[in-house]
Amino acid sequence: MRIVVDYDQCESNAICMQIAPDVFEVRDDDFLYVLDETPGEDRRAAMQEAVQRCPKQAISLEG
Amino acid sequence: MVRDSITIVGASLAGLRAAETLRRDGFSGRISLIGAEVHAPYDRPPLSKQVLAGAWEADRTVLTPADRLELLGLDMRLGRRATGLDLSGRILEVDGVSESYDGLLIATGARCRTLPGTGHLAGVHTLRTLDDSLAILEAMRGDPRRVVVVGAGFIGAEVASTAIGHGVPVTMVEALPVPLGRVLGDMVGSVIAELHLEHGVDLRCGVGVEAVEGGDRVESVRLTDGTVVEADLVVVGIGVVPDTGWLEGSGLTLEDGVVCDETCLAAPNITAAGDVARWPNPRYGEVMRVEHWDNAVEQGAHAARRLLQSEEEAVPYAPVPWFWSDQYDRKIQLAGRARPDDEVRIVSGSLEERRFAALYSNDGRLTAVLGMNRPRHVMQFKGLLEREASLAEAIEFAEGLG
Ligand SMILES: Cc1cc2nc3c(=O)[nH]c(=O)nc-3n(C[C@H](O)[C@H](O)[C@H](O)COP(=O)(O)OP(=O)(O)OC[C@H]3O[C@@H](n4cnc5c(N)ncnc54)[C@H](O)[C@@H]3O)c2cc1C
Ligand code: SF4
Repeated sequence: MRIVVDYDQCESNAICMQIAPDVFEVRDDDFLYVLDETPGEDRRAAMQEAVQRCPKQAISLEG
Repeated sequence: MVRDSITIVGASLAGLRAAETLRRDGFSGRISLIGAEVHAPYDRPPLSKQVLAGAWEADRTVLTPADRLELLGLDMRLGRRATGLDLSGRILEVDGVSESYDGLLIATGARCRTLPGTGHLAGVHTLRTLDDSLAILEAMRGDPRRVVVVGAGFIGAEVASTAIGHGVPVTMVEALPVPLGRVLGDMVGSVIAELHLEHGVDLRCGVGVEAVEGGDRVESVRLTDGTVVEADLVVVGIGVVPDTGWLEGSGLTLEDGVVCDETCLAAPNITAAGDVARWPNPRYGEVMRVEHWDNAVEQGAHAARRLLQSEEEAVPYAPVPWFWSDQYDRKIQLAGRARPDDEVRIVSGSLEERRFAALYSNDGRLTAVLGMNRPRHVMQFKGLLEREASLAEAIEFAEGLG
């Protein structure tokens, strides 16, 4: 599973970070960093939740 | 509670997210998702933003890509409308045909209020659906002389902003003296008014619409102060009403929405979620109906799970509501429940920069936070609202942000 972020849509509101701080981090520079682009299968439910809760539809999962 | 099947009426944000939650939680029974629109479930916020701007093709708004939707194994019926409900017999009527249900989730959302007496006039639009958005986009591309936006709420404000982007002259008419004054208070409302004025919107506050005039097509809008604005396009954004017509006489309590208990249960075996649902939010001790995107997602999930829980397992739904609105190059977000008489304090930025957070408080209690181009901070303050922090705590936190 690969995390893809559309940075043109991302507004750095850090909602994904609240759901999975091990994968998403919005830093003080107001940019989103993906800490782990290929999280393990055990993180799938959390990744799906992040996809759904991102109000900008900026996150997608491949695979 | 063990169930064989769950029927969801309304195949949009709340309904689809409900179905996805059920599958993610391992529910393997039949899920029927019945929606009146023919399109696969799509997202509405882009309809006043990217789609209306012509920047996104319509298919970019799909909520869940077709291959993933397929994997959910839903009995999805699009272009089908629920027409009645019989609680005692546990019968749902779809396009006049009866079927039984085991658990039922109501997510029929809301429809736009219209201006009386404008039904026959071409060029007068409301904005709720993809088709509405595409129709307005086509009109905006047809080189209109002017668009009149009726109502400077969030939808109206976004339509005005997008129209300006198309180079179409805009007059926006608002009955209140300050746009959004009743939600955000006059100070922040005035900043938003200035934003529109700076971008060239002819903003008329404190006036109403007397009549929309024309033969087959709209030609002008007459305002209550006697002025006449010539326009060949009118977009009406004066709020929505929950879509509960099909539930009249069903025995459910309908009062500006489907009335639920704290756990989103409307009647035995029936829950409701999203724009259509009204429930007592225990966090505020207040019965509310929330017309925000995030609420549809969260409440959809909550109401879906509630259908599989016993009375003892059920938990109250107690969110801090929040939403966003994108206007021009500004991102506006509000978390919490602001009241017009709240005290407002600007932190992390300034009104002049149009980049700030505004803390709303009452009696030293933090009630809401509004951000302009401060998305990260708003979510951090939302965390404080969730744990019912004091204003003093919030100020201290803001100082740490620099
Ligand atoms: C143009 C626009 C822009 C928006 N922008 C923002 C924003 O920036 N930020 C934000 O927080 N929120 C925004 N919103 C609000 C957000 O989109 C809604 O809160 C959300 O769509 C509510 O989802 P829902 O599923 O409850 O209802 P809806 O999306 O209204 O869906 C209800 C569905 O049920 C169907 N239906 C109705 N009756 C029946 C029936 N009898 N049988 C079968 N199906 C039926 C309808 O056709 C519809 O498809 C915006 C809304 C609009 C219209
Ligand atoms: S939730 Fe979406 S918009 Fe917010 S930071 Fe994450 S990717 Fe960006």
